[in-house]
Amino acid sequence: MSTQQVLERAGTAPGPLGEAVARLRRAPWSGAAVYVGFVLVFAYFAITLADRGFLTGHNFLTILQQTAPITVMACATVFVLSAAEIDLSIGAVVALSAVVGAQAVNAFGAPVGAAVGFAVGVLAGLLNGTLVVALRVPSFLITLGTTELFAGATEIFSHLQDIPVSNVGFATIFGSGAFASLPVALLWSVAALVVAHLTLRWTAFGQRVLATGDNRISARAVGINTSRVRIAVLAVSGGAAGLAGLIYTGQIQGAIYTLGVNDMLATLAAVVIGGTTLRGGYGSVVGAFVGSILMGVIRNGLLLAGLTASQQTLVTGLIIVLAVAISQREKA
Amino acid sequence: MTTTADSTTDSATGLRVEGLYKSYAGVHALADVGFALQPGQVTALVGDNGAGKSTLVKCLSGLVQPDEGQIIVDGRPAAMHSPRDAAALGIETVHQDLALVQHSTVAQNLYLNREIRTKIPVLRQLGWLDHRAMQRRTEEILRELGIRVPSAKARVRDLSGGQRQCIAIGRAVGWSQRIVLLDEPTAALGVAQTALVLELVRKLADRGVAVLVITHNMEHVMQVCDQVLVLRLGRLVADRAVSELDSTALVEYITGLRSDFATTTNGGDRAEPAVGGERA
Repeated sequence: MSTQQVLERAGTAPGPLGEAVARLRRAPWSGAAVYVGFVLVFAYFAITLADRGFLTGHNFLTILQQTAPITVMACATVFVLSAAEIDLSIGAVVALSAVVGAQAVNAFGAPVGAAVGFAVGVLAGLLNGTLVVALRVPSFLITLGTTELFAGATEIFSHLQDIPVSNVGFATIFGSGAFASLPVALLWSVAALVVAHLTLRWTAFGQRVLATGDNRISARAVGINTSRVRIAVLAVSGGAAGLAGLIYTGQIQGAIYTLGVNDMLATLAAVVIGGTTLRGGYGSVVGAFVGSILMGVIRNGLLLAGLTASQQTLVTGLIIVLAVAISQREKA
Repeated sequence: MTTTADSTTDSATGLRVEGLYKSYAGVHALADVGFALQPGQVTALVGDNGAGKSTLVKCLSGLVQPDEGQIIVDGRPAAMHSPRDAAALGIETVHQDLALVQHSTVAQNLYLNREIRTKIPVLRQLGWLDHRAMQRRTEEILRELGIRVPSAKARVRDLSGGQRQCIAIGRAVGWSQRIVLLDEPTAALGVAQTALVLELVRKLADRGVAVLVITHNMEHVMQVCDQVLVLRLGRLVADRAVSELDSTALVEYITGLRSDFATTTNGGDRAEPAVGGERA
């Protein structure tokens, strides 16, 4: 009798680890996993790394500066995923905007240069969106192609050379400056959070994005121009990547054609850890923001703990897998 | 050019269709279809698969443009190029796939693409929404129609199939729309859920709405409908009061054993099997 029970259990129950994960996934706070995770990780590092400078203002500033470009892109990517699209080209757009923007700053000054860099990002996004709609090809495939396109253009525009930017005003606004003793990295991140969150939750545009991602046919049936929505989210994504490129350029006071190479995956990780699904119809800007900062805190803590770059990457990968196992539960 | 007396008594209100044609790649999906929908009446649209029911509803809801013929709303010929045009004329369609946004709330669904914006000037231009007003109004609409859901803030994916269908229908009539087209509203529902939806359909008509229901269920036709239209191979073969018919007669119309209109133009077709209504 007991043998049979054991066999039955073995057939249905997935073992202790699987059970634990399943219990975590069933927990009502699974959507809030990223916040709990943030608190736990932060508390862990605060205790174990107290004597290594984790809990210092300077260290937090470092984290904010390192995560600002990803945070900005993560907030925009929430719109892209909510609309059931994806933008794989953001890393390439970062470099393109940075390289073109840096040269424009050097030639025409900070305001025009910044506008040009941002415009390059928006135009790249508009190109993605227009191709997706006009050619009727999924954004995954289009942006896979345009990633190469933008990367090639970046190499041509930069001649594979660094482009130093010595403009002090530009470096202040996008890199190292502070307003009312708040570092600009924090201001850019929070601005992206507030604007994106309010737009998604409180405006007609946000409703259209969610409806388009949830059920494009019904969205169209109620008269939503879903093509326009899809182009718009990719333009927003491109614009955010352009802004991220400017922030990098301000921080390192120059542009390199390799900027942003790892940013697409880092951004997607931050967004999905924050609870936004890849299937569309739902998105959490606050989750993406916290997800981005959380990834930054983890990297920073592992660095302070003395792990090598390779070990940091390995542990980060493990944490992403654990995080999505909790935050991205699929229905049956 | 319909000749049935009881369907053309009042041409000033409701919806009238005259000589509607639509073909896809040379195949007539609709040929010379004409009828009228009266306020306060539930009209059933029945027919075999491929009879043209969906094409007809798409024409009436602005999703598809007919090749020929007129759609007359409240006595005036209507030009509908999109569902928005149809909505502006008071025609609302509830599609078979429910057409609801699963992750959004009941209120968000009711107000999808016609959101109430805030009255605050600058924010209004930015598209800022008044969620509270939409929730309040949603509760009112649901109460009026007797639709029971946990709350206007409930997410659609958490509702039962019947509740979802009622919300979809509620959305169609929440705008004091006068003509409502329902594409198989009970297709995927259980018995209790179906009763809920049929009750709502009847209630709509009693409020003076002209309702068109596509259905495959003859029992429902007999239960809640006043009028029945039968399509076969893109042509109207019956336009009758339900009281004149029984299920057997209906099935005979659907399968082509009977026809009221197809004496002159459609004669050659009827001997052939239903292979898609191809006509030279």
